[in-house]
Amino acid sequence: MVFGSSQRAAAIADDVTDQIPVRGRSLLKDAQIRFVQNKAAMASVVVLGLIILFVIIGPLFAQWSNEEIDWDRMGNIATEGMPSLANGHYFGLDELGRDLYSRVIQATRTSLLVGLIGALTALIIGTTYGLVAGYTGGRVDSAMMRFVDILLAIPLTLVIILLLVIAGRSFFMLFVSLGAVGWLTMSRIVRAQTLSLKTREFIEAARAAGVSEVTIMIRHILPNLIGVVIVYASLLVPEMILTESFISFLGLGISEPYTSLGKLISEGAGTMAYGTTWQLLYPLFFYVAIIITMFFIGDGLRDALDPKDR
Amino acid sequence: MVSYIFRRLLIAIPTILILIVASFFLIHFAPGGPFTSERPLPPAVLANIEARYGLDQPLWKQLWDYLTNIVLHFDFGPSFKFKDRDVNDIIAQGFPISLTYGSLAFLAASIVGIALGVTAAIRHNSWIDYTAVSMGIGAQALPNFIMGPILILVFTLWLGWLPGGGWNGGQWPYLIMPVIALSTSYMGNIARLTRSSMLEVLNSNFIRTARAKGLPTRAVIWRHAMKPTLLPVVSYLGPVFVYVLTGSVFVDMYFSTGGLGQAYVGSALTRDYAVLLGVTILYGTLTVVVNLLTDLAYAWFDPKIRY
Repeated sequence: MVFGSSQRAAAIADDVTDQIPVRGRSLLKDAQIRFVQNKAAMASVVVLGLIILFVIIGPLFAQWSNEEIDWDRMGNIATEGMPSLANGHYFGLDELGRDLYSRVIQATRTSLLVGLIGALTALIIGTTYGLVAGYTGGRVDSAMMRFVDILLAIPLTLVIILLLVIAGRSFFMLFVSLGAVGWLTMSRIVRAQTLSLKTREFIEAARAAGVSEVTIMIRHILPNLIGVVIVYASLLVPEMILTESFISFLGLGISEPYTSLGKLISEGAGTMAYGTTWQLLYPLFFYVAIIITMFFIGDGLRDALDPKDR
Repeated sequence: MVSYIFRRLLIAIPTILILIVASFFLIHFAPGGPFTSERPLPPAVLANIEARYGLDQPLWKQLWDYLTNIVLHFDFGPSFKFKDRDVNDIIAQGFPISLTYGSLAFLAASIVGIALGVTAAIRHNSWIDYTAVSMGIGAQALPNFIMGPILILVFTLWLGWLPGGGWNGGQWPYLIMPVIALSTSYMGNIARLTRSSMLEVLNSNFIRTARAKGLPTRAVIWRHAMKPTLLPVVSYLGPVFVYVLTGSVFVDMYFSTGGLGQAYVGSALTRDYAVLLGVTILYGTLTVVVNLLTDLAYAWFDPKIRY
């Protein structure tokens, strides 16, 4: 009997040699697992997903557009404008006799867009600024950061109001002014991270290999910033929505026929004395739901991507 | 310390100057002056009006006059809309009101927030703890402009306990809702911040030592744990102040207190640039000063900071 030719030995040999190598887990995969295990964050993702779904397919069920005025009922909104399934106004009427269901969808869409685009603008400006400042270092860095310090010392909501008054109130201007003031903290965070990254060995290695400075910034430092940037950007979204709502509430933000949740809440708050509380409560519900879920998602992302910072 | 104060002043003063100059230019290049109306004024009349407000001067001269008037006389110039009042009158009338309930809200939030946070940390995982934590989360979703309508809905419309607005010389029923609306949100933030800070401190070695040598809990908390706990809270007071400032704009509007925020939003809607500029500069300067004081207080509080 030749050694090792037995059935059992062959099976064992097969077992040992044919084993699929254990797959390593990337950092991103790790983060994903941590995020999925976070119950509050996952529940928030579901709720937010439902809200987005509502914005997308909600209009299909609407029986009135957001501009139509229900002339039959507008004279008597407090009694006939109540939310009801029978007359097709699921959320009731607003003070001008328009369908609140369609208005809420329109407003939710605006608020979500404001949050996303505002945060995206802030993300792009802030990351570029912080990256350049941190990587260049020296006098350029301190000059650039001093500038940020100065801007940070100014109440930014007032600056947005100033910008909106001067350049006229429009969608575009709102996004620009929100982004224009939102990038400051982002640039600080990115700069701090860049400062600690640029002294690491792999950057030194890249430089020794003759990689140009710009390529180092884009190929080697930027990917390592993504975690921090995503976390902060996700916290920026609700902040942008809050700021926009605040300004719209004062009547200085988006103007008719456009609307946002802040504006609807403001209108609802203005008319609730006449017994039309639904005009306040529906937009308020969506608003609070969006803000709370966004914060939980942001927190979950931070725990997932930046576990040491718990 | 003196050199630190000096260095901080070296940043703060240019900041204020840049703020004034930047706002001045922004407003100057805004399309549509304060005197453009649907019916155009005859050129002679317009020239007269511009001369009255010094708008016919070269730009640098206007800026220089504006700056020197503010620095030397604390004079923000005339309002463009109200013929009989200048910006100083408007500020003098509205600012004390905003300041009154603003500082009350500031105090209420700090005291209640810190007390709640400390209690929550000491009674970790009790119902007080959960209240503080949920307030911290609610704080983010219930800023002043959401609290305002909710308060009026409950206390004015449903219960009928409190007047829904007005000032009436600052009697307490008129103060309650503005103070609550303005303070709730950052009361929650302060409570959360204090709680996590206190929890961290309570787990540190010097607290264990203090307990080990037999000090009663109250002495441990007050003598040893309080100061390091409050450090991050102190550094948060600057942002809180900014919050109170912008929040007061809303409260003035919503509760019709007659405070400065009402004049501010009014001037933004009617394009009364002089008032807009004056109030922006006033609020900006206050923010810079408070941030400066916060930093100094922080440096004084924290022995670890080397200036």
